[in-house]
Amino acid sequence: MKPAPFTYHDPEHIDDLIALLSEVDDAKILAGGQSLLPMLNLRFLLPDHVIDINKIQALQFIGRQGNDLMIGAMTRQKDLLQSDTVRSACPVMQVALQYVGHFQTRNRGTLGGSLCHLDPSAELAAIASLYNAKLTLRGPDGSRNVNFDEWPLAYMTPNLGPNEVLEKVNLPLWEERHGHAFVEFQRRHGDFAIVAVGCLLAVDGSGSITRVALTVAGANVKPQRLTTTETALIGQPTNTATFAAAAAEAAKLDAMSDAYISREYRRKLAGALVKRALVAATASATGVPAYA
Amino acid sequence: MDDIKLPGMLQAAFLRSPHAHARISSIDTTAAAQLEGVHAVLTLDDLGPEHADRPMLQAYPNPRIKQNILPHLLARDEVALVGQTVALVVADNRYIAEDALALIEVDYQPLPAVVDCRKALDSAAPKAHSSAPNNLAASFSNTFGDTEAAFKHADEVYEIDFLQHRGGCHATECRGVIAQYSPHQDGLTLWSSTQCPYLIRRMLARQLDLPESRVRVIAPNVGGGFGPKAGFYVEEVVTAIAAIKLGRPVKWIEDRREHFTATNTQRDQHWHLDVAADNKGHILGVRGRAILDSGAFLSYGLLLPFTTLAPLPGPYAVEAVNVQFDVVFTNTTPNSPVRGAGRPNAAYAMERCIEAVARGLQLDPAEVRRINLIKQEQFPYATGQIHPNGRPIVYDSGDYIGTLDKAMALGDYAGFKKRQVAARQQDRYLGIGIGACVEDTGVGPYEGCTVRVDPSGEVLVESGAADQGQGHRTIIAQIVADGLGVPFERVHVTIGDTGKFPQGVGTIGSRVGVNVGTAANDAAASVRKKALEFAAKALEVNAAELEIEAGIVRVTHVPEMSIALGEVALRLTPMTGGAVPEGFTPGLEATSYAASKGPPHANGVNIAEVEVDIDTGKVKILRYSVAHDCGTMINPMIVDGQLIGGVVHGIGNALFEQMIYDEAGQPQTTTYADYLLPLATEMPRIDIVHQETPSPLNPLGLKGAGEGGTIPAAAAVVAAIENALESFGVVIGYYPVTPQRLVELITAGAGERCVEAMSTTPPA
Amino acid sequence: MPDIRTITVTINGKSFTRRVETRMHLADFLRQELDLTGTHLGCEHGVCGACTVMLEGDAVRSCLLLAVQADSKTVTTVEGLAANDGSLHPIQAAFQKHHGLQCGFCTPGMLISLVSFLRDHKNPDEGAIREAISGNLCRCTGYQPIVDAALEAAAACYTQHEE
Repeated sequence: MKPAPFTYHDPEHIDDLIALLSEVDDAKILAGGQSLLPMLNLRFLLPDHVIDINKIQALQFIGRQGNDLMIGAMTRQKDLLQSDTVRSACPVMQVALQYVGHFQTRNRGTLGGSLCHLDPSAELAAIASLYNAKLTLRGPDGSRNVNFDEWPLAYMTPNLGPNEVLEKVNLPLWEERHGHAFVEFQRRHGDFAIVAVGCLLAVDGSGSITRVALTVAGANVKPQRLTTTETALIGQPTNTATFAAAAAEAAKLDAMSDAYISREYRRKLAGALVKRALVAATASATGVPAYA
Repeated sequence: MDDIKLPGMLQAAFLRSPHAHARISSIDTTAAAQLEGVHAVLTLDDLGPEHADRPMLQAYPNPRIKQNILPHLLARDEVALVGQTVALVVADNRYIAEDALALIEVDYQPLPAVVDCRKALDSAAPKAHSSAPNNLAASFSNTFGDTEAAFKHADEVYEIDFLQHRGGCHATECRGVIAQYSPHQDGLTLWSSTQCPYLIRRMLARQLDLPESRVRVIAPNVGGGFGPKAGFYVEEVVTAIAAIKLGRPVKWIEDRREHFTATNTQRDQHWHLDVAADNKGHILGVRGRAILDSGAFLSYGLLLPFTTLAPLPGPYAVEAVNVQFDVVFTNTTPNSPVRGAGRPNAAYAMERCIEAVARGLQLDPAEVRRINLIKQEQFPYATGQIHPNGRPIVYDSGDYIGTLDKAMALGDYAGFKKRQVAARQQDRYLGIGIGACVEDTGVGPYEGCTVRVDPSGEVLVESGAADQGQGHRTIIAQIVADGLGVPFERVHVTIGDTGKFPQGVGTIGSRVGVNVGTAANDAAASVRKKALEFAAKALEVNAAELEIEAGIVRVTHVPEMSIALGEVALRLTPMTGGAVPEGFTPGLEATSYAASKGPPHANGVNIAEVEVDIDTGKVKILRYSVAHDCGTMINPMIVDGQLIGGVVHGIGNALFEQMIYDEAGQPQTTTYADYLLPLATEMPRIDIVHQETPSPLNPLGLKGAGEGGTIPAAAAVVAAIENALESFGVVIGYYPVTPQRLVELITAGAGERCVEAMSTTPPA
Repeated sequence: MPDIRTITVTINGKSFTRRVETRMHLADFLRQELDLTGTHLGCEHGVCGACTVMLEGDAVRSCLLLAVQADSKTVTTVEGLAANDGSLHPIQAAFQKHHGLQCGFCTPGMLISLVSFLRDHKNPDEGAIREAISGNLCRCTGYQPIVDAALEAAAACYTQHEE
C-alpha cells in the first residue's frame, strides 16, 4: 500500500498556488491529508501532482467580525476545538468536532479539507449547512462566493473549479440568543456518522420556537436542511408532542441505501436524532436541563 | 517481521486476483519486468516444472476429506477467490514492486461464483472449482447416545436455527516472510510470522523437495497470531523459491488490504438444531445439521470442523447428540481457526439450546444451566463422544457449578431483576445473559524444552514454542526458576527457531503453557536431580540433605557446604586434560518432551449485562463478569491478560466484526473504515474471578488459558440482548448483531428465523 | 524519473538530512531510511494508530504524512521516550507493571498517543483515557491494562501549561 509516483509541490503563497493550479494537469491538493493519504496509499487515486498547501500561512486563521465568524480553509480541527473565539461564537461546532475522528487526526485535519472532500457524513459540512455558510473560492480570475446550499453538486463533488481553491469560510452567526445541539450516531467512537443532526434553536419568553435550523448529515449524499420540519416548528411550544411531530416529519427525509445501512434505518435514526437534538437545543436555549 | 533487514535483501509484492472465480487465459509480465528496480516477475511457469502440477500440500491430512483442494503456488488457469496469488514481483523496494504490479496484464474470464455456504450444495449452485464435481469438501457426523429415544421421551422439542459469523484475524501486525538461501552453508532460512515454525519447516521441505535439515524456520517476535498465522501459506513457498532463484534474500510483508483476503479467516457456520427436553429443563438430546464454509481451499484440512464438533455438548451432561456436519467450498477466503477456532461455535450452539429451553419453559436461564451442568462427582467425565483422532473425549477435572456460582456472584446476577425494573421506569432496556463453555486445551503430542546451566550460572532454556504476545518466555522462565531453584532473572529463554531447538509442534489451541510447562518442569527436575547428585558426591553428603536456592546447591542449614550450579556445570564440561566425573554424562542440561497425558479441559462462564437503545439499536455493555478455571495458573497476570483480550475479541465477534462479500464474491469490507474492530471506548471493564481445579493429566495441574475469554462471549452478549428485548419477542439468529438489525427486529416484534440471513450480506 | 527532495528532520533531538522520494510516507522514512523501527505499520490507511509519532509535539499518524512534510520539523518517536541512561519513561514503566502490552505491536503508537494526551490533560478519568486511545487498535490486551497503566502514569506525565 504505497502511493504511486507523483510530482510534489509546496507553494507558500496563495498566488503561487493559483498559478500552479493553472499550470499542472491532474493535481490533488494536500490539506490535512487524513482523507487524501489513505487514498494515495491504497492507490484509489493516482494523481500526477500533489500540491501541499500546509505552508500557506494566510489560509490559517480564526476571526470574528460582528456576526461573521471567518475561518481560513487550512485552519486545523484541533485549533477550532481549542479556540475561545469559536467557543463563544459557534459552540455547536466544537460539539460536532468531538465526533470528528480522533485527536490524532484532528491534529492535522482541516476545515477546508473536510468541506472539499465532502463525505456525506462530514460533521463540519453539517455545521456549514446549519449556518448556510458562505465559502470564498479563489481562482485565476479572482474570488467568488458560494453559499453552502449550492456547494455540493453531487456525491463528494463540490462546486469547485479545477483551478480554484477554497480560501475561507464565513459563518453568519445568529444575533438572537439561541441554543444549540449536535447529536450523532456512530458505531464506535470516531467512526463516520451513520446519521448526525445539528440544531440551532431560539425560543421566546413563552417557550415558543421563534427560529430553528435543523440539518441532517449521513442520510444522503450531502447534508440536508430539514426546511419543511423547520417551518412547521415555528411558533410551536417546546414540548414532547412538538418534538415527536418534528421527528416523524424528519423521518420522511430522502435517504440513501448501501451495503451496510438501509434507507429505512437512516430514516429511523434521523427521526430519533432530530428528537434528541431538539430536546438538547431547548435545554441549551433555556438553561433548563433536558429531561430525556 | 519488517524490522529484520538482511544485506542485499529485495522486496516482494504479489499480484492478486480481482475476481472471485475466473479462468486465466494469459499473463503478460513484459512491461513489469522492464521497470527500473525490478529484479524478477514470476508466474507459476517461472517457478519450475516441479511446481506446475503440484498444488500446496495438505498440512492437516485426514481420511474424511472428500476433495482435498488446495491452491497452486501461483494461479495459472483458474482463480477461486479474490486475493488469490497470480504472480510475484521482486524489486528494490515495495514502492517499485507495487508500480510493477500495475503493469502486469492478465486476461481473466469471470466464472460464476458460489458465496453463500447454505446454497453451496444446491444442485444449481455454481461450483467453486470448475473441475470439481461439486462443492462438498467433507461430510461426517458427531453421534453418541440414543437421540431417537431422547426425542421420543421428550416433553418438549425446540427448533433453533442460526448463523455464526466469526470474522478475521486482524492481528495488528500482518503476515510476513523473509527467505534466504545459502547453498554452501545452512540451506534455506525462512523468517516467518508463523505460529508453527516446525510445521512450516516440514511442509516447506516437502513442497520444495529439501531435507528438513536444510530448512530452518525462525519465528521472531510476532505481533499477534490468533490462529490464522498457524497455516501453511503459498507466500512462504513462493518467497523461498524467489530467494533461491535470485540468490538474494527476499522479503514479503503483507499489507492490511491484502490481509483481508490473503490471510485465512474463520468462515460461516449455519446450524439447525432440534433440542429435546423434559419439562424440568433437562436437555435429553440434541440433533441437527451444520453447514461449515471452508472457503475456496481446505488450507487447514478439517481442523475447524473437528474443533467445532469435539466440544459438543459443552459443559452439559447431555447424553444423546447427533449432528451432521457438511463442509463446503465457496469462492471466499479459506477457513482458519480464529481465536477459539470452532469452540465458540460449539459453545454458542449449546447456549442457544439452553436459551431455547429456558424461553420455552419460562425458566431462569441460570437455573436451566445449573440443572444441566456436569456435576463434580461425575469427573472425569466421558462425554460419550469419540474425537476424530480416535480417542474418547474425557473432561479431566472441573467444578462447573462452582464456576457458574462465582460468575453469578461477581456479576450480581441475583440483583439484576431490580436493576432491570428500575431502568424500565426510565425507559431504558437492560438485559443480562450467560455464556458457559468448556475448552479442550493442551493438545499434544509435545512441545519440548531444553534446560542448560552455563558455567556462569545463567540458565539457558530453549524450546520450539513460538510467541505472538502470550508471554511464553515468562512462564517458561518461571517454571524453570522454581523447578531448579534459580532467580527468575538468571533464566534466559530462546524460542521459535527450528535451528536452535530440534523438534516442535506449534502455538495453537491454548496448548503451549500446558505442554511446554510440563516439559520445562520435567527438564528442570532432571537438571536439578543431576546437580544434586553431583553436589552430593562433591560435598560428600547425601543428596537428600541438599537444597538449591538462588542458584547455589547447599546442605540445608549448613550454608558453608555449598557449590554453585555454574560450578557444577563447569566441572561437568572439562576441556582437554580433564575428565568427566565417574557416573556422569557431560554438561548440566536436560531435554524433555514430556507432555500432558491428554488434553486438559478448562472451563468458564461469562455474564454480560447490556443496555439496548431501542431507537437506535445501539448496544452498550455495562458490566462483564468472567469466572474461569484453567487449573494451576502459572502467571495470573498473563492469564488475566489472555482473558480480557479474549473477551474483547469475542465482543467484537458478537457486535462488530463482519466480513461482507457480494453475490459475485467481491469482498465489500476491505479497509478498517468498513471492518469494525473493538475499540477502547466501546469495551467494558471486565471483572474476573478465578477457580483452580488442577488437571490430573500433568504434574503441575495446568490447563490452557488462551481462548477461554472468547469462547462463550458471543453467546453471553446475544443472550443479554434478547433478555433486554424480551418484551419485543426478539430472538437473534445471526451474529454479529448490528444496531440496524436490532431496530428491524424490534419493529417486527417477532423472533427471527435465520432463513434469509446471508453469510455475505447482513440479513435484509 | 522519481521526484526526489532533500529534507532535514530532527528526530528525538537528533538532526538527519536525507534525499527522499516525495511519495515516501513518514513512517517508511523512519523505518527504512533511518532504521528507527519502533514506529510500526499496521494498516497504512490511518485507522490503527500503530504508526503514531509526535510532529512538533502533536500526536499524528505517520502513515498519513509524506516524509517531505516533516522537513525542518521535529519528530518524536517511541525511541525517544526512555532516558539516555535507559531508564523507562513513566508511561513505559506503568505499561510494564500493568501488563499493558502482549505482542507489543500497537504499543509504540499507544505510548506516543498517551504521552501526548496525558501531557495536556490533568487527572483524566477512565472514560477520557479510553477516548484518548480510541484511535489506537489493540488486538491482544482488551485495552483494560493499558487504561490502568495510563491512570497510574497520568500524574507523572502531566505538564502544567500556561493558561
